[in-house]
Amino acid sequence: MSKKIHVHTRINGEEVEFLCEPRQSLLEVLRDELGLTGAKEGCNNGNCGACNVVLDDRLVNSCLVLAVEVEGHEVTTVEGVASSKGLHPIQQKFLEHAALQCGVCTPGFIVAAKALLDRNPKPTEHQVRHWLAGNLCRCTGYDKIVRAVLDASACGSPGQK
Amino acid sequence: MSAETRTGGYQVVGTRPIRHDALDKVTGRALYGADVHLPGTVYGKVARSPHAHAIIRSIDTREAEAMPGVLAVITAKDLPSLTDKLAQLGESVVNLRDLSANVLAPKKVLYHGHPVAAVCAVSTHVAEEAVKRIQVDYEVLPAVLDVLEAMKEGSPLLHQDLKTHSMGKTAEKPSNVASHFQWKLGDVEKGFAKAEVVVERSFRTATVHQGYIEPHNTTARWNPDGSVTIWCSTQGPFAIRSQLSEVLKLPVSKIKVIPMEIGGGFGAKFPLYVHPLAAVLAKKVGRPVKMTLSRVEELLATGPAPGSYLWAKMGATRDGRLVAAQAKLVYEAGAYPGSAVGAGGLCIFSPYHIENTLIDGYDVVVNKARSSAYRAPGATNAAFASETLIDEICEKLKMDPIEFRLKNAAKEGDPRADGPKHPKIGCRETMEAARNHPHYRSALGGKFRGRGVASGFWINGGGQSSAVANVMSDGTVSLIEGSPDIGGTRTTAAMQIAEVLGLRAEEVNPMVVDTDTIGYTDGTGGSRTTFATGLAAIEAGRDILCQMKERAAKLFELPVEDVEHADGEFRNRKDPKKTLTFKAIAEQMGQTGGPIVGRATVQPGGVGPAFATHVVDVEVDPDTGKVTILRYTAVQDAGKAIHPSYVEGQMQGGVVQGIGWALNEEFIYDEQGRMLNSSFLDYRMPTALDLPMIDTVIVEVPNPGHPYGVRGVGEVPIVPPPAALANAIYHAIGVRIPDLPMSPRRILEALGKA
Repeated sequence: MSKKIHVHTRINGEEVEFLCEPRQSLLEVLRDELGLTGAKEGCNNGNCGACNVVLDDRLVNSCLVLAVEVEGHEVTTVEGVASSKGLHPIQQKFLEHAALQCGVCTPGFIVAAKALLDRNPKPTEHQVRHWLAGNLCRCTGYDKIVRAVLDASACGSPGQK
Repeated sequence: MSAETRTGGYQVVGTRPIRHDALDKVTGRALYGADVHLPGTVYGKVARSPHAHAIIRSIDTREAEAMPGVLAVITAKDLPSLTDKLAQLGESVVNLRDLSANVLAPKKVLYHGHPVAAVCAVSTHVAEEAVKRIQVDYEVLPAVLDVLEAMKEGSPLLHQDLKTHSMGKTAEKPSNVASHFQWKLGDVEKGFAKAEVVVERSFRTATVHQGYIEPHNTTARWNPDGSVTIWCSTQGPFAIRSQLSEVLKLPVSKIKVIPMEIGGGFGAKFPLYVHPLAAVLAKKVGRPVKMTLSRVEELLATGPAPGSYLWAKMGATRDGRLVAAQAKLVYEAGAYPGSAVGAGGLCIFSPYHIENTLIDGYDVVVNKARSSAYRAPGATNAAFASETLIDEICEKLKMDPIEFRLKNAAKEGDPRADGPKHPKIGCRETMEAARNHPHYRSALGGKFRGRGVASGFWINGGGQSSAVANVMSDGTVSLIEGSPDIGGTRTTAAMQIAEVLGLRAEEVNPMVVDTDTIGYTDGTGGSRTTFATGLAAIEAGRDILCQMKERAAKLFELPVEDVEHADGEFRNRKDPKKTLTFKAIAEQMGQTGGPIVGRATVQPGGVGPAFATHVVDVEVDPDTGKVTILRYTAVQDAGKAIHPSYVEGQMQGGVVQGIGWALNEEFIYDEQGRMLNSSFLDYRMPTALDLPMIDTVIVEVPNPGHPYGVRGVGEVPIVPPPAALANAIYHAIGVRIPDLPMSPRRILEALGKA
C-alpha cells in the first residue's frame, strides 16, 4: 500500500484535513473517509453525474477528481447546499414538483442545478436540459426535474454559494 | 401539470402532498445501501469470467491470498451445494441450483462477467488488485448469443441436462430451449380465412438494461450467534431473505435483511448477486463485509431485459374488425431459464377483443447474463410487434389508428389469449382520451415528420403485504411497512391510511423496516405496492378506527354501537353535538385502555390491470438518422391516482425508458460473446437534452377490487413507446424498421444511406 498524503482543504465552508492514498478519488474520500455520503457513485466513470460537487466554482464529477487535487481548494457538496436558514430554492422546488423518485441521482441534480443558476439565473428550458445532460436520471424522464429548476429560477435564487 | 386532479370527495387521496422522504433525499441525508459504514468494515470484489462460455479447469487463488491486505478468497466450493429445486422468489420462479451457480460459477461460466471467485480485503483497491491475480484456467467453448441460433440442432449447449418442457411433456434430448408454451383461443386458421387484410412480420429487439443509477450493494455481518444481518438496496427484502436462506442453507429466522433506500430497480433488484458472497466472506473473516458492484459489473452481469425474436400475424375485416392474431415469441433467458416470455405472451394481444388467437412462446438460454424482470417484463417486446402490425393494418384500411383501436378495444368480460377474462378495465377510456387530446387533434406538418400511436397492457400484481400503525399520543400515526419505497410509495400508503383516519398526509409518518420487524411483504414490483400495501394501510387504519370507537364509547359512557366516525370525528349518535377528535382520543389512550395499534395483513384478489395509449410526434434527420421527439403524450388508466404527481412521474419515467429502448439502448457483443459497451458512455440512456416534456393524462376508471379504485401504475407506461416511435418513424420516412433499437445506423440503412 502506498503512503498516505496529507490534504488540507475547505468543504462546505469548513476547514478539513484528511489523509488519503494518491489513487483515491475525491468521491471515495468524501464518502468513505469523511462520512459525506450525499454524493453517490453511479458509474465511477464520469458518465452519470450522481457524484457532482462544486470545486471552487467548477461543477465536477468527484469520481474523476483525485482527492489530493483539492489541496488548497474549496469543495461544496450537496450537504452544503441547504443553509441553517433552510432549503435552497432548488431543493424546495424539487419537493414541490415531485422531481424525484428513487432519489439517488437527486444530490447530483441539486448540485448541478445550483451551479447552473449561480452562473445563469434565468436559463431557458433548452439551457437547463443542456446543462443537466451530464446527470442521468432513470426514474423521472426529467420532466419534473426541468420544471423544478425552471421554477426555482423564476423565483430568483438567493445567490447563496 | 397536465393531469386532471379531481379529488372525488376525498380529503387526502388525489392531492399532492410533499412526500415524507423527500427532504432527506434533496439534502443528501437519505441513506442508501452503499452509504452503510459499519465499524471494522472490509471490502469484497468479484473475479469474473472474461469468456462467454467456458469450462473452469482450475482456479488458483494462492497469489491473491498472499497479497498484503487480502483477508479471504472464496470460490463456488465455499457455497453449499444445492439440488435442482424450483422456488417462488420475488417476481419469478427460480431454480435454486441455477441461482447459486449464477452467484458463483461452479464448473462452467455461461456469460462474460459470470462470477468465479470473490475476494475480501482491507480496501476496495486491494480487493480489485487481488481479483486480477486470481488465475483461472479456462477451456473456452463456442458461445451462442442469438435465440434462433441457440434453438438450432447442433448449437453449442449451455446445459447438458436442460431438456425442453413443452405443454406438459419433457423432451429426451438436451436443448437450449428451456420451455415452450402455446395458448389458443378460437380457431386462428378460420379467423385468418375470414380476414380481408392480413399483415405479418418478424421483429427483433436488443438486450437492454434496467439502468438504475445505484449499483447493487450489500453489507453483511455474520453475528456470533450464527445469524446474519444484511444491509442492501433491494425491491424485495423478503425475497432476498428467502433466496439467501436457500443458497446459504440457513433458516429464514437466522437472516435479517435491512432494506436501505433504493436507487432504482425496475425489476432487477430482486435477484441475488453479491449478497451471499458478502455473507460467506463475513463469516470467514469475522468482520462486516461490504460489496458494491461497479457499473461495468452491473452491465455485464445483472439485469438485463431479454432480447427477443418475434413473429406476428394479424388479420382484420375491411370494416376494421380484428378477427385473428398469431404470434411466436422467442425470448433470451440468458444463461439460465426464466425469461419473461410468458408475460409477453399474455400481453401481446390483450388490449383487443380478438376471437381467434394462437400464441407460441419459447424461453431460450444463450451466453448472456441471466435475464431479470424489467418494468412490465416481456410486454414491451411483444407490443412492439403487435402494435406495429396494427399500424400496418390501419394504413391498408385507411383507418385512423385510434379509431381502429377503439373499434377493437378489450372490455370487461372479454377473454385474454391465455384464458382469464378481463375484469373492469379502462382500455377504451385511454384510447378515447388520446383521441380527444389536443395533441392528437393538432396538425403535424413538415418533411420527415410523423406521428405514431400505440397502446399497451400490463396485468399488474397483488401479492401479500403487512402494515402496522401506531397511534401517537399527539394524534399522529406511525405507519410501519415492508415495501421498499422506490418512487413515493411510503407517501401513497400514508395517504390511504390518512384518508381512513381523517388525518392529513403529514400526520402519518411512514417507515420501511427490516424483515424481523414487519410481517411478510412481497417486494416492490408488479405495480403492486400502492394497491396492496396501500390496502394493508387502509385495513390497519380501519383497525384503529374500531379501537378508537371503543375508546370513544368509554369516554361517552355509551355502548360502542352508539359511536360513529364521520368527517374525522367520533360522534355520539344519541347526541350528535358530543364529539371527540382523533387527537382527543389519542391523548387519552393511557386512561382508556392503553396503546392503540392497528394491524393488517392482506393478500388481495381484485387486481386491476393497466392500459395505456401513447401518441408521439417525431422528426427524422435523413442525413444523420437521428430521431428527434417533438411531442409525446401518454394516457393511462390509474384507477384512482392516490398522488397524481407520482403517477405522472411513473408515466414519464416509463415513457423515457421506452424511448431509450426504442432508439438507443442495446448490448453490443463481439463474436466471442464479450460485451463491448459496458459503460454509461457506450450504453446510451436518454439524457434531459434528448427529450421534450412528457405530457400525461391520467384516466380514472376505478378498480372495484380496491376501496379507492387503485390500479398499479408503474409498469404499463414502458410498453407502448417502442411501437409508437416505430409507427411515427414510418410515417416520417416511409420505411418500417422492425428491429430495436431504431438507432441512427438502422435509420440510415432503412433510407438506403448506410
